[in-house]
Amino acid sequence: MPYAIECRELTKTYPGNPPVEAVRGVDLLVEEGECFGVLGPNGAGKTTTIEILEGLLTATSGEARVLGHSWNSDGDAIRQQIGISLQETRLSEKLSVLETLRLFRSYYQDGITPEAAIRRVSLEEKADSWIKNLSGGQKQRVAVATALVGDPKLLFLDEPTTGLDPQSRRELWGIITDFRSKGGTILITTHYMDEAERLCDRVAIFDHGRILKLDTPRNLIAGLGADHMIDFQVRSEGDESLPDDYGADLPGVSAARRDAEHHCLSVAEPHVVIPALLSKLQTDGHELTSLSTRQATLEDVFVHLTGRRLDDEEDPS
Amino acid sequence: MSRPVTMHPLFQLLKVRVLEFARQPEAIFWVYVFPLIMVVALGLAFRSEPVESMAVDIQEGPEAQAIKQSLETDPRFRVTLSSEQEARRRLRVGKAELIVVADESADAKYRYLFDPTRPGSMLARNATDDVLQRAAGRVDVVATTDTEVRDPGSRYIDFLIPGLIGMGLMGGGMWGVGFAIVDMRIRQLLKRFLGTPMKKSHFLTAMMTSRLLFTVPEIVVLLVFSSLLFGVENLGSYGLVGLLVVLGGFEFAGIGLLVASRAKTLEAVSGLMNLVMIPMWIGSGIFFSPDRFPEMAQPFIRLLPLTPLISALRRVMLEGVGITAIGTEMGIILVWGVVTFALALRVFRWD
Repeated sequence: MPYAIECRELTKTYPGNPPVEAVRGVDLLVEEGECFGVLGPNGAGKTTTIEILEGLLTATSGEARVLGHSWNSDGDAIRQQIGISLQETRLSEKLSVLETLRLFRSYYQDGITPEAAIRRVSLEEKADSWIKNLSGGQKQRVAVATALVGDPKLLFLDEPTTGLDPQSRRELWGIITDFRSKGGTILITTHYMDEAERLCDRVAIFDHGRILKLDTPRNLIAGLGADHMIDFQVRSEGDESLPDDYGADLPGVSAARRDAEHHCLSVAEPHVVIPALLSKLQTDGHELTSLSTRQATLEDVFVHLTGRRLDDEEDPS
Repeated sequence: MSRPVTMHPLFQLLKVRVLEFARQPEAIFWVYVFPLIMVVALGLAFRSEPVESMAVDIQEGPEAQAIKQSLETDPRFRVTLSSEQEARRRLRVGKAELIVVADESADAKYRYLFDPTRPGSMLARNATDDVLQRAAGRVDVVATTDTEVRDPGSRYIDFLIPGLIGMGLMGGGMWGVGFAIVDMRIRQLLKRFLGTPMKKSHFLTAMMTSRLLFTVPEIVVLLVFSSLLFGVENLGSYGLVGLLVVLGGFEFAGIGLLVASRAKTLEAVSGLMNLVMIPMWIGSGIFFSPDRFPEMAQPFIRLLPLTPLISALRRVMLEGVGITAIGTEMGIILVWGVVTFALALRVFRWD
């Protein structure tokens, strides 16, 4: 099976005092036809890694091969076959959607027509509108269309849905799923867990320039040993608040942590743990103010792995 | 695989540049209207009229009235009688060009007070002296006649137009190319292009060529306007002027590319632009001849990108010389354009 992306011991260090090690040894194999997610907080090295794979940055060391070609020797061949959407590109405001796509199409030897690219992102009605008159979600769809117009085998999407409303996010997911169903390979970075769970075959969780864990979303969650979460809250009176790991000693609880006002227990069988938790709280004299259960998510995996929440800021690279 | 020329990247890049330019009303104003306003304002300010009047003050005294009568035989004099103090004040602030004092001393009948660095002052002194000498009985020994010559080509406006063309090419090329590039860099559009198979040389060529497309009408408008309004004529060939305009546009687009090749903010690029342009604003002869600078500065001034352009334009338009007479100037212009374009291609940053 050929790999769409193949990189070994990739590092990127920005000179400075002290030097910033944005990427510290990343190995990645992405198969053709796969939708691969890169997760992690800001500053984890996601964007640096993807930009090396897109040929926008050169790695300090290590090798990156894309679609069987090396960036060192065969950049042009790679560029003809990939489509990219950067985290933040402002396309020219006073050009229409169609004009913009014609421009991008002209760069590629082969590709689909600009009109077809517009259909793929369902912007037929806006084809002649200037970019500046589009909504945020529509602009993002044009950005994705500029990536699709060269008929790429591999699509790089760097946080394509950040800042979009739920409706626009779903529309973009539809475009991504559609590309995928036609046999395309996707590398997507995101810090939305639900997005990764929904779209990705496999996910790599990045932190501090390294891959902490790489697996399918299902396996990652299963790795917690418990795929349900119980969230509860008690009325706090003075310094009588509960210890952070309250409930960890109950049978069936694989992990306990505190998340601001909430306590979270990772459990395999909520119906066994909940009665035990209730009676423990009663015995200890704590008044329960809320209780809910949910499926464990990648967010819980991330917290479990790093002890931090995904949206906690890291120092940016 | 062959495809229509309209889908060639160079064509597409050029097309979007032209569209974006045409869709910006303020850009149209600065490129086409502003130079015209400049021509009209400067043309009116420096219009070459004959000297209409000279303000002469006569210091009050017993003979003042007699001097006044003599001077008033010539309508060009505007004579005022004033006290010594008042006359000195008027001379200082420029309201009077000359003070005439009837001197009581033995060796001179009149005393003239004037500022020799002011052309008007010198003129008033000589004209006044002439009138007073004749009134005192001087007789001209040789008969002379005057023929007034006012040919187009010799006036200040004629001198100015080639300078303004050069200035327009410099400003247009540098601001037009430089700002557009830095703006695209800020918007991460350059980085986005880097991720496509687009060729660097296509992009930079389109940036330069689009500039030429905008510039040619600008110069045509300037020439037509100055011809209609001030009767400015081109004594040389229009083809040669056109060639110089294209060369100059290419030269400054290249310099603009180089200046903008690494700047990351509009402030940075503005500062660099001004740094590069100020020596040319001053030295390259837009408003006055660069010959006025000291000898030792001349080699430097002659090599500035704008100097050969304006000097070649003047020689063609005012003297009607042919292409061979301006070979050196065209060579310098070409070298600037080619070298800056090649350098820009090497050092250009996309992010």
